[in-house]
Amino acid sequence: MRTLALLCSAAALFAGCKKSDDAAPKPTAEGSAKPGAAAPSGSVEIAISCGSVGKEFDVCKEGVDAWAKKTGNKATVVTSTTSSTDKLAAAQQLLSAESSDVDVFSVDVVWPGILGKFFVDLKPYTKGVEAEHFPALVANGTLDGKLVAMPWFADAGLLYYRKDLLDKYKEAAPTTWAQLTATAKKIQDAERKAGNKDMQGFVFQGKAYEGLTCDALEWVASFGGGSVVDPDGKISINNPGAAAALELAASWPGAISPTGALNAEEEEARTAFQSGNAVFMRNWPYAWALAQDASSPVKDKVGVAPLPKGDGDGARAAATLGGWDLSVSKFSKHPAEAADLVMYLTSAAEQKRRALTAAFNPTIPSLYSDKEIVAANPFLAGMGDTFKGAVPRPATVTGGKYNQVSSAFFNAVHSVISKEKPAKDALTELAAKLEQIKGPKW
Amino acid sequence: MRDTSWLAASRTRSAWLFLAPMLVLLAMVAGWPLIRTIWLGFTDANTLQIGEAKSVGFDNFLSHHDGKWFGVLADPVWWRAVKNTLWFTVFSVSIETVLGLGIALVLNRAFPGRGLVRAAILIPWAIPTVVSARIWGWLLNDQYGFINHVLISLHIIDRPIAWTADPSMLMTSVILVDVWKTTPFMSLLVLAALQMLPKECYEAALIDGIHPVKVFWRITLPLIRPALTVAVIFRAIDALRVFDAIYVLTGANERSMTMSIYARQQLFEFNQAGYGSAVSTLLFFIIALATILLLVATRVRLTED
Repeated sequence: MRTLALLCSAAALFAGCKKSDDAAPKPTAEGSAKPGAAAPSGSVEIAISCGSVGKEFDVCKEGVDAWAKKTGNKATVVTSTTSSTDKLAAAQQLLSAESSDVDVFSVDVVWPGILGKFFVDLKPYTKGVEAEHFPALVANGTLDGKLVAMPWFADAGLLYYRKDLLDKYKEAAPTTWAQLTATAKKIQDAERKAGNKDMQGFVFQGKAYEGLTCDALEWVASFGGGSVVDPDGKISINNPGAAAALELAASWPGAISPTGALNAEEEEARTAFQSGNAVFMRNWPYAWALAQDASSPVKDKVGVAPLPKGDGDGARAAATLGGWDLSVSKFSKHPAEAADLVMYLTSAAEQKRRALTAAFNPTIPSLYSDKEIVAANPFLAGMGDTFKGAVPRPATVTGGKYNQVSSAFFNAVHSVISKEKPAKDALTELAAKLEQIKGPKW
Repeated sequence: MRDTSWLAASRTRSAWLFLAPMLVLLAMVAGWPLIRTIWLGFTDANTLQIGEAKSVGFDNFLSHHDGKWFGVLADPVWWRAVKNTLWFTVFSVSIETVLGLGIALVLNRAFPGRGLVRAAILIPWAIPTVVSARIWGWLLNDQYGFINHVLISLHIIDRPIAWTADPSMLMTSVILVDVWKTTPFMSLLVLAALQMLPKECYEAALIDGIHPVKVFWRITLPLIRPALTVAVIFRAIDALRVFDAIYVLTGANERSMTMSIYARQQLFEFNQAGYGSAVSTLLFFIIALATILLLVATRVRLTED
């Protein structure tokens, strides 16, 4: 019975994505109207799956439509979920079924190790242009000498704060998590007393999903607690720094954070902050463009700073390295056109447009000194340092088991911040669980 | 004599002939996947390269290496999922049965606008679960949720409740949403049974001047018991494999993880087709066992009567 239900859900998923194929053979009006277009063949249909967090879907669609218009091909943007954990599951299902329904996938920086073998080598299509991107990101997208994922935008965790509120209470942007906790408490209580009952001190991503892995990795690394699994494969998470970081985080929900933060993704945190009901927020760069939108109640009241440091030995500011690449499926019927779309979307011109309209951080270093981009995103000037100190998730060393490691980690962290277990117990159990996942070797 | 047996044999033959397409179809869509899943449960198959599976015996279920236990039966997360599922099933099905029975009794009376109410009560059942779970997720939100807004306006609570985030509220919220969705199904099945009841018993009871509560316990309930049993078994099977409502509301959170969510995570997130199939096999046998137990329990009681 269970098998049947699973099969049916898988079938439904595939049927949902099928649209692109059914319409593929008929020649398009656009194609025939533009005989001189530069595209390889002119009238094929490409399906791309990009994200849908914030403005992501619309901005992606604009870029894809511009490419379709330029080349005369047709392109559909397939919608996906906001949770990257679910996105990966859907991509794995499509690719392991050798489906040709989606040609271009947007790929989280932690996925090439899991999905890489399903993607074509993009080197023949790049004409060497990958050399203009951050070398670390290109290396992350390269598997056994093949460029399976082309860098599209870079991400790192940032601290958003309300300039106006900090000024009002004569506080500075915090540089340690302890300061953040104290400042958040002070402003939240004063604002609530003044009649703003919904005010929260700090909002973040606390739901049990990949986002919590990113947030918690920042807390742990900033307390000198390492990155869960060391690059040499040693499981290092059970240490006093990590325990101190998680104990501090566990004091937030119900005090300076809403209890609802325990089920919040990026967008729940942004909604609270953007409606003016939070002093601090941990989020990715995309939230900047939305907070500065003309309709935003907090427009021009928002500041951005690097995430705070922890306490104790080895304390430092740490931001989780995120970002997304584009890859072409091995099962695509039109790999040349799909690769052309990838090259268009990752080009300097398109990355500049995306940075200006939606604050997506470019993966091309030279764009960070572009005057227009810096004027639209003032925090970008300091982003170079943030990326240099960024903590990668332990995806490279754990390879195909990364997903299990991340799931064990975020569930352990969730049990601590929801006050189910003390940090020490949860970390001891987590270390044992990780040993079990590791087996003889990663 | 010979003629009739020949006729019987011919009838049996044509019966098999007519049944054959259905049997072939069932074997293809239900039998084969089931057998394959059970078989995969004894291999180390990976979802991303299903062809390269090796047999590993019972390792996916339970194995012992270097003084440590491995396999699904040694995984505390699995046992937690089993506990969550049983808890969810017992509470949601009990509440739905009581509420469904009550609503059906009301709907069985003639009152103006009954047809309209009967149609309206089916709406929660008609909305796809993912959609209604999403709507409930928004309604129950602690920051902008309507439910908290109403409760605060009525001065029932003074601080918003984080229904889907507060660990102590999680299961309650999930059961609440399931009860909202599935009570109509229960009341519909009970209503169908109520409308088939013979009127004579009630007329006799009326003439004898029996109290309505006694009528309910002595006449109505015994008469609808077979239909009620079927409805409870249907719901219990459904609840034991619950996935959609809980996954949409809380994701893969271990506090509200059910057996199906655990199986899906192993199969599609962790790519462990072998281990995940072992889990699915266990799930299949647990549901089969629960169904048999329910059937036996109700049959025993029926014969006692």
